[in-house]
Amino acid sequence: MSIEARIADEQPETFKFSAENEKEIKRIVAKYPKGRQASAVMPLLDLAQRQHDNWIPMKAIELIARKLDMAEIRVLEVATFYTMFNLKPVGKYFLQACTTTPCWLRGSDEMMRCIKDRYAIASGETSECGRFSLLEVECLGACVNAPILQVNDDFYEDLDYASTAALLDSLEADAPLPVGSVMGRSGSEATGGATSLATLKPKQSGVANA
Amino acid sequence: MLKDADRIFTNIYGWGDAGLTGARKRGDWSNTAKLIKLGHDEIVERIKASGLRGRGGAGFPTGLKWSFMPKEVKDRPHYLVVNADESEPGTCKDRDIIRHEPHKLLEGCVVAGFAMRAHAAYIYIRGEFVNEARRLQAAIDEAYDAGLLGKNAAKSGWDFDIYLHRGAGAYICGEETALLESLEGKKGQPRLKPPFPAGVGLYGCPTTVNNVESIAVAPTILRRGADWFAGLGKENNTGTKLFCISGHVNNPCNVEEEMGIPLRELLEKHAGGVRGGWDNLLAVIPGGSSTPLMPRDVCNDMTMDFDALRAAGTGLGTAGVIVMDRNTDIVKAIARLSYFYKHESCGQCTPCREGTGWMWRMMERLVRGEAESHEIDTLEQVTRQIEGHTICALGDAAAWPIQGLIKHFRPEIERRIAARHAVDAVNAAE
Repeated sequence: MSIEARIADEQPETFKFSAENEKEIKRIVAKYPKGRQASAVMPLLDLAQRQHDNWIPMKAIELIARKLDMAEIRVLEVATFYTMFNLKPVGKYFLQACTTTPCWLRGSDEMMRCIKDRYAIASGETSECGRFSLLEVECLGACVNAPILQVNDDFYEDLDYASTAALLDSLEADAPLPVGSVMGRSGSEATGGATSLATLKPKQSGVANA
Repeated sequence: MLKDADRIFTNIYGWGDAGLTGARKRGDWSNTAKLIKLGHDEIVERIKASGLRGRGGAGFPTGLKWSFMPKEVKDRPHYLVVNADESEPGTCKDRDIIRHEPHKLLEGCVVAGFAMRAHAAYIYIRGEFVNEARRLQAAIDEAYDAGLLGKNAAKSGWDFDIYLHRGAGAYICGEETALLESLEGKKGQPRLKPPFPAGVGLYGCPTTVNNVESIAVAPTILRRGADWFAGLGKENNTGTKLFCISGHVNNPCNVEEEMGIPLRELLEKHAGGVRGGWDNLLAVIPGGSSTPLMPRDVCNDMTMDFDALRAAGTGLGTAGVIVMDRNTDIVKAIARLSYFYKHESCGQCTPCREGTGWMWRMMERLVRGEAESHEIDTLEQVTRQIEGHTICALGDAAAWPIQGLIKHFRPEIERRIAARHAVDAVNAAE
């Protein structure tokens, strides 16, 4: 995709980090040795994106460049290289659907079909109501709980058509389902019950999966 | 089957407290200072003696890798960098270590970092693992508060800091030098080697990059002894390993098992077996998407270790076992992987940048049979021209799945081409 197509046409006139984020920036930059502040570019882009409705305006790129003493083009090339940086607006619920082979084998087509049936959107598009954006993404790294739909920061796992529909219902009502496996698995243990560590299992299930 | 008493990751399913209190109950941080007292070189020797091979995919001996770091710290500090950019399709073990056993990783960083004379570690975690990164940061904060990190870490006399760094969606950053570039604030494009990171790594300083699992098992190996670890598994393929079993099994899961476990036993004991039974098995990708698939006849007697799988023309890789039953459109399954590699190519080397796209388009045609038989050979030749001709192994990783498909499923590809030609002939006659 050309760079123009990835960057929003309509841009805000200004961008400022919040006072809270200014403090966070100091904390982030301190993680790296003196003179290596460029290492903070990805964390700062992430911070800007979180502050600005999940997308990064060009003014933020310019500001980050000044803050880290980098050329603007260096910041922009980082922002365009990594797929998680959005340079144009996305809906309130950013649906990132994994369709790589392990998810596909477990029915990611059905998950995608459910999303498309409801919002008539393809990957890279936003629903008419403006609240749901869809992006087909590559392996999310939770393959034994496939298929996975990432909604903003959260993984929803073990989905099929019906459970995807239930998840979307919950998002529409702004009351998202609990994060994690929709089948109630605590983690990556076998669906039929764990086959290892049984002798060590606490009588009552401990900390719930977050 | 491995006994629970021999399992390292006893909270891998998150049943217990992942925090410091729970971790201490499981034995983490119990005698870190004593482990450090062994001294830099003795730790490296014991890890060597355990036979631990890197858990990130390549299977390089971990102790040997640590020994490549300079024996003296001169003007440049040493760094440990932990590769938590887990993105290889089929692999989801590091995620569980991070969210359910984070203190094993942190203690491992202190011990491994000390062995390599480093005072700092950076953990590079993939950006999509947002909640996992929060868990890990919480564990780091907890460890600092308890005096396990920072000045005189765990009262060992060694200062050690751990910093968490989040990626932002790029498979290539799992390649160690791309990871270092990314950590320095640049695009994740791999560096030419040599120089190797042990000489010139992060910020130009001596650096070792290790996988999460390799680091997280180190304290337990030192505690229980190299002999204990070496006594599990097979010669040259020792110890335990986290396996991720995905795809067409009845109960997909992660499980820690002994290296060298027969594939069939792994699937049947832990994952409820292949959907529809063993005879319904079509093929298995044994070690993450980059490793060539094995058809059922190869799977029958296969054991899950580096050497046996390599001898069969594939690899243990990350131990991400992707199972496909006989209903699978095997050409499409591999074509989807080709799309993955096209999407993830960093664009630096021409054979990979152009080749991954070319191979994917060709694979899409083969899915539909829209090709001539001789084009299968052309595709095979193109994979050979990409493999080994790029800076990093992504080009190889994109080529291998296709080579495996052609090697074992050529008749299926030809059948589709013939079927397509038959349809075309009928259409032309009408």
